[in-house]
Formats: sequence, structure tokens, C-alpha cells
Amino acid sequence: MKTLPKERRYETLSYLPPLTDQQIEKQLNYCLQMGYIPAVEFNENSNPEEYYWTMWKLPLFGATSTRSVLDEVQACRSEYGNCFIRVVGFDNVKQCQAVSFIVHKPGSNSNSSGYRY
Amino acid sequence: MSYSQTQAKSGAGYSAGVQDYRLTYYAPDYTPRDTDILAAFRMTPQPGVPPEECAAAVAAESSTGTWTTVWTDLLTDMDRYRGRCYDIEPVPGEDNQYIAYVAYPLDLFEEGSVTNLLTSIVGNVFGFKALRALRLEDLRIPVAYLKTFQGPPHGIQVERDRMNKYGRPMLGCTIKPKLGLSAKNYGRAVYECLRGGLDFTKDDENINSQPFQRWRDRFLFVADAIHKSQAETGELKGHYLNVTAHTCEEMLKRAEYAKELEMPIIMHDFLTAGFTANTTLSHWCRDNGLLLHIHRAMHAVLDRQKNHGIHFRVLAKCLRMSGGDHIHTGTVVGKLEGDRAATLGFVDLLRENYIEQDKSRGVYFTQDWASMPGVMAVASGGIHVWHMPALVEIFGDDSVLQFGGGTLGHPWGNAPGATANRVALEACVQARNEGRNLAREGGDILREAGKWSPELAAALDLWKEIKFEFDTVDTI
Repeated sequence: MKTLPKERRYETLSYLPPLTDQQIEKQLNYCLQMGYIPAVEFNENSNPEEYYWTMWKLPLFGATSTRSVLDEVQACRSEYGNCFIRVVGFDNVKQCQAVSFIVHKPGSNSNSSGYRY
Repeated sequence: MSYSQTQAKSGAGYSAGVQDYRLTYYAPDYTPRDTDILAAFRMTPQPGVPPEECAAAVAAESSTGTWTTVWTDLLTDMDRYRGRCYDIEPVPGEDNQYIAYVAYPLDLFEEGSVTNLLTSIVGNVFGFKALRALRLEDLRIPVAYLKTFQGPPHGIQVERDRMNKYGRPMLGCTIKPKLGLSAKNYGRAVYECLRGGLDFTKDDENINSQPFQRWRDRFLFVADAIHKSQAETGELKGHYLNVTAHTCEEMLKRAEYAKELEMPIIMHDFLTAGFTANTTLSHWCRDNGLLLHIHRAMHAVLDRQKNHGIHFRVLAKCLRMSGGDHIHTGTVVGKLEGDRAATLGFVDLLRENYIEQDKSRGVYFTQDWASMPGVMAVASGGIHVWHMPALVEIFGDDSVLQFGGGTLGHPWGNAPGATANRVALEACVQARNEGRNLAREGGDILREAGKWSPELAAALDLWKEIKFEFDTVDTI
């Protein structure tokens, strides 16, 4: 029997081990296939009451390849490595946000974890 | 332009007596108007009663008819108000069962009142002597009538934005034992579930305000559990606080207190409390910014018999009109194909904006919701981690998957039980998005995740793997 440690989490996909760039690309591929418009956003904290994180540039309206989106994730990570970074997806048919998942936490490179898994 | 499309029978003067219903209420040539409310009844006449007479009686008794002619009929234009049976289809495989289609003029119903709609359409007619049995299978609600309802207080998308949950089903759990816990012990169970990774916990529908746990005490301790788990995990949490009560005043008082505690969601039992109370609460929720979870106790009394009562798809549509942001739909897993198709048919009717007629899924009429918000489908009862791939596949993202025993029954307790479910859910969502087939690879996906999540591994160990196959057996 084990006690569950207290850990910060970051909504969808944050109970999985940190996504590798290859895994991030697969999720981006899903977004593009679904016709969602991907965007990257970052924030200094992960306070759940803060709905808005700061946008990294503009949503990638013309994105056709997962590579071009991943490049922006990496660019954001190198400039704001001390921030939380997530990818979101907008559905402009249903006129709403459809996707959000965490891709970076402060103090971690893409391969080590800020939490247990 | 006249409202009537067929000739009035009343022009010739008054003659007292009993007239065959079919002379007035059976109108096979009638073309339903876009503003008519349409009903599909599964009708079993008493032996010897011709289906046309029986169907006409249904149309009559659920609209303007009385058993005998009355002179005051002549003071109105009955053609403008009477319901008409416009089609009858024998049900294949049954020797004395028919689907009778009835069209009701819009003016028969008060605006914005599900109560009034049902009082007419499923009122006295269900006890009518010429019928052996009668079941309301479906209703087509015209846009003209829909626009007099506000529908769900918030709807699926606003809930996602408010709760910050995207791209996955949400996870819930009903706290057990459902009766007998003190308020503080109850709140502890809530806290442990939420800190483990659930999005919601739920009051059992039986919990209102009993001697062992008064409602105000429960609300206070649950609020503490939510605030604490939110602060620790960094994720938004909620608990469906049951405000169902013996009077509307008391119901609203409890709702007000939930708002005072800054709770995001409350719950209500729409059938036992009634549609008037439900619509009142739904309006209150929209005005005050609380989500509304709907339980459906008593539904099986109405919808279980195949030949008599009201199909749940009708109750589901009525709920979408009266207002609710979540409603229980059953879990589908383990059921026969026919039930599965019918359930997914009304899940579509709850969530989508435009649903095409498809009788194989029990959708008798094309329904246009005219942009009314959708209702989140809640799958609850008897499910555990091994069901997760099937549930994600069947219900998709706009659903709440509720594991009661499947969370609380984990050998290490609520929090690890919650984590096991959350890990299983996210592993399935990730795999689905990567293009993997959940129906075929579900077991492997869970076992892979169990390798790095000890909480999931313990859950996979405790419960038995189930096979998830689509077998075609039942019919609608």
C-alpha cells in the first residue's frame, strides 16, 4: 500500500510522463487532423484560477506541418524556459477552444520531470 | 390563410352524441407543418380496436378531444387546435403493435413549459381504455417552440471553459456509502478523490438533508475539500452539491448557499422534483453562474417497459429544454447492440445541434436544436479502469465518466484510486489521438501505463479485464 504524494498537476495529459518532442508532435498531428488551430502559450505560474496564459506570437493559422508548430514550442521553451508552456487548439467551426496540454514546466528540460511520472 | 388544412366537421350544426374519433382526428392526408410538435407513439390497441380508431383516440385525448360531442366545440375553430394522427406504421415482428405519428399545433402549448407539454402529450391518454399499452417513443420539437426555452444554463463549451478541461472526458465519482456518513467524514472522502485527480465528486441522489448529515454541514465541509484539493493540485475541482428539496424555496435556499461558498456546480433530481422545479433551478443557475448536474431517479419507472411509458430519449430532450448541464445516460458497456445504438442516439440528441432521423437508433424525427447549448453525457455505475478504453471510444470527449466503486474500492484508498482512473483516462486519450485503436488495443494501452503507474497497476490487478466487442444482437 502506498500513500499518494501531493503533486501539482496541469490538466490534460499531466498525469502522464512528460511528453517527448516526438509525442508532442503526435498530439499536434491530431489537432491538425481535427482541423483545430494550434497555439502556444506560457505563464510564470500554474494557478488554476488564471484562465489566460500569455500567447506566444499568434495562433498558427496557416500551420500545415507538425514540425512548424513544434518549432514554435521549442522557440518558446528556449526563451521562456522558466515558465509553464502549453499547446492549445481552437475549433473555429464550433467557435471554442478544444484542446490544451502541458508541454513544459520550469526547471525541466524536455526529458526530465517536474513531477513523479 | 386558414390554420386548417382539412375541412372542419363542425359546420353543419350541433348534434349531440358519441362520434368515432377517426372521423375527426385521423388525417392520413395531413402534411405536418414546420411549427407542429410531432410525436411517435408505440401503440398496442385492445383486441378488436382498429388501429386507425385507436391512433385517432390518442391524438384526440392528448389534444382537444372529449369522449362525447359538446356544444361549445362549435364556438371555436377546432381545426386550429386538434392533434391529428397523420401516419400509422405496423411494428415489424409484432402482430398488434403500431407506431402512430401525431401532429400537434403549436398553439396547444404554453411557451417555455415542459410541464404543460407533457401534461398534454403524456396525460390522460395513457390510461385510455381502447389501448392495451402506449409508449411515447420520440418528440420532434419545432424550432418555433424551442426558441421559447433557455435550455441548459451553460452548456458543454462554457463548462469546459469554466472548469479548464479540454480534449478529454471528465472524471467523477459518487461518494459512498451513500447514506450514513457524518458531514466531516464525507468531506474527507471528497478531498481524497479530488486530490487524486478526479474533476468532480457527486452527492448520491438519496442525500438531501438527513438527521446524520444536514445539508449545510455537508456543503461547508465539501467546500473545504474543494478549495484544499484545488490549491494542492493546481487543477479546478467541483462537487455536485445536491440541492433537491421538498419545496422550491428550500431548493433555492440551498443553491444560494452553494453560491456563497463559491461552488462551481450543484445537482438536482429532475423527475422526482418535477419539471417546474427543474426549470426554476435551471434559470437560477444561469442567472447565478453555477453549473447544473442532473440525476434521473425514477426514469426506469417510466422508460423500462418496451411497450408502455416514455422512452428516455423523450425525457432527455425535455431535460435539454428545461435545462441541465449534465445528465446521466447509462454506461452502454456490457449492453446489447440495440441498446447501445439507442443510447448513442439520445446521447447525440443531448449533445449535437442537428440530428438526422435514424430509426435504427430510435431517432424517429430529425431534430434541429437551433443552437441551444448541449448537455454533457454522464456515464456512471458499475464501471472500473478496464472499461476506460471502451468508454472513451463510445462517449468521446463531451462526457463525464463516473467511477464510484471503481475509485473508492481501490485497495489503497480514494486518492490512489482516483489517480489510477486519471492515468488510465489520459493514456487512452493520448493513444486515441496518436491514432491507436482503443477497441482492439485498449488492454495493451492500460498495461503499458501500469508499468510506470503503481496506482494503475494495483487497480488493474484488483479488477478483471473485460473484453470489449461489438456484437450485434438486439433490435430496436
